[in-house]
Amino acid sequence: MTTILDPTDERTPVERQVAERPGSLSGVIGLLDISKPRGNVFLDALEGLLAEKAPGIATRRYTKPTFAKPCPDALRHEIRDECDFLIEALAD
Amino acid sequence: MPNETAEFSPPGFSLADLAGESHSFPTGRRALVCFVKEDCETCNTAGPVLEAFYRAHGSALDVLLVSQSGDGSAVFARRHGLSMPVLDDRACKTAFAWDIESVPSVFLCDAGGSSTTRFEGFVRSDWEALGAELAAQTGTPVAQVDWQGLPAWRPGCGSKHLDPEMFDKLRAEAEGSPIRARRIEIASGDDVAEFMFDQGFSDGLPLVPPTPERVMRMLAGTHRDAQEVVAIVPPNMGEATVEKIAINAVMAGCKPEYLPVVIAGVEAVCTDAFNIHGVTATTMGAAPVMVVNGPIREKIGMNMKLGALGAGNRANATIGRALRLVVRNVGGASTGGVERSTLGNPMKFTMCFAEWEERAPWEPLHVERGFDREDSVVTVFAMTGGPVHIVDQTSRSPQQIAGSLGMGLEGVFLPKMHNLPIDALLVICPEHIDTLMRDGAWDKDRLRDRIQQVTSRPLRDMLADDRSGAGILPAATAGMTPEMLDRPAPKFAGKEYIHIVVAGSDAGKFSSAFHGWATGEVGSISVSRKIDLG
Repeated sequence: MTTILDPTDERTPVERQVAERPGSLSGVIGLLDISKPRGNVFLDALEGLLAEKAPGIATRRYTKPTFAKPCPDALRHEIRDECDFLIEALAD
Repeated sequence: MPNETAEFSPPGFSLADLAGESHSFPTGRRALVCFVKEDCETCNTAGPVLEAFYRAHGSALDVLLVSQSGDGSAVFARRHGLSMPVLDDRACKTAFAWDIESVPSVFLCDAGGSSTTRFEGFVRSDWEALGAELAAQTGTPVAQVDWQGLPAWRPGCGSKHLDPEMFDKLRAEAEGSPIRARRIEIASGDDVAEFMFDQGFSDGLPLVPPTPERVMRMLAGTHRDAQEVVAIVPPNMGEATVEKIAINAVMAGCKPEYLPVVIAGVEAVCTDAFNIHGVTATTMGAAPVMVVNGPIREKIGMNMKLGALGAGNRANATIGRALRLVVRNVGGASTGGVERSTLGNPMKFTMCFAEWEERAPWEPLHVERGFDREDSVVTVFAMTGGPVHIVDQTSRSPQQIAGSLGMGLEGVFLPKMHNLPIDALLVICPEHIDTLMRDGAWDKDRLRDRIQQVTSRPLRDMLADDRSGAGILPAATAGMTPEMLDRPAPKFAGKEYIHIVVAGSDAGKFSSAFHGWATGEVGSISVSRKIDLG
């Protein structure tokens, strides 16, 4: 762990930066199965719900080679280039 | 260090031994405490003696070895067959708190923890006397040590906590530390450089992580108190304490000896006259240009010669950058926030250089502005463009080169615009100075007059027309006679807007100019501040 000192006037809390939340769904939603058993079942149900409740959007399915390792760079880049949102899911 | 007999009450501690069992001091019994380091020859001389003391008197007093060697502590214990507790002080907090200088450092303490006997190193007579004292105090037989087989005198090694890296860290963490800024802990899985980018601390370039130990070292560059408020920085009106400036100076890559220059720069830009708020916010895109004068230039290795306005010198580059980071981080002026320049400019990363006073035929800038030559001074100008080259390789007379320097300033705002109440900072190179001086002295004011002379154009050249809609609008000329329109208008509303310094290498006939922003009460007025070197 590294400790650094805050260079600012300290009026805002230090937080991990999270992606902006747009408030509504549009475009392409990626559904990433991390390869744990039955993750596909969960994502099938989710995809059905999305089709029913957000008819304007498209979905794309992705699968990590193994849940035990971080997502390979090539797959992350593919998802980044093709999707506006991503839902990463597991079931066990 | 000579023996000290004055009573000393060292702070208590609680440290784990090699088996992980915790030991506290004071122990409630008489105790012999010795600080050791595995790789210290003298500690290795003392090791067997300490073991002999423990075997002889361990029933009546505690013997605690405080080891600074981390995993090497076990090696030390094994090497000498030590059976007393060997305590792990790898962070050296106990050594720091006890304020020792070298190892071995021996303290004989009473049950309450007060020490009456302390010494360092290995002076055989000290250790022999200690053996006798232990026997006398405990009423146990004196330890059997082959004193004649041991060296008569061996100096100790420096305590590990005095290593600069470790000492600064300990000072930063100690009670009474000058550090007050919020500490941000970055998990080992996070990349520190990326984290700082994510937090918006950066101007777009990588930053040096401002660890407490680096900031402590930076603070050593000034005599001023770390919590002294140097300035209130717009737009957020954040308090720029010496500490906050030091943190940003670390991030910018400054050395501690640059800190006083950065502090003076922050003082200068945060004045009403300079108006850093406007300089930051203007869509025109202004930035502070720092000119440093006086003895500090040489002391901290600033560049005023070859490449003075460009890259390659740490002091020039990082002092200017530190000032910008203070405005960004303490003042909260982020790009797209209050920083609203249409195009921006590279001076917003950094722009700082020194004047080559010794090559100038005139009084240097700071003397012209009322300081003593021996003062070190930073002067800030709000500039929107530059450095813009003024190329003249063929002028051979003073009149000619002075004319070229003037024509080189035509570009301020727009060549068509004259009578501008706007600053320009002219940086004249040595070869142009030589041409200017070849027939005798030309003072700065004569050069300013020449600049005004060669740039003078009839007012009618400034009228807005089909060629360019900039300039004097028709409505404003309604009452003007042809004679009035023929009146010559120089580039600047007054020669006092022309600031002149000398810098650059001895080879090359290339001077340069910085073009100003709105000068005066409505905009920015250049400010000089003496650098406080204590």
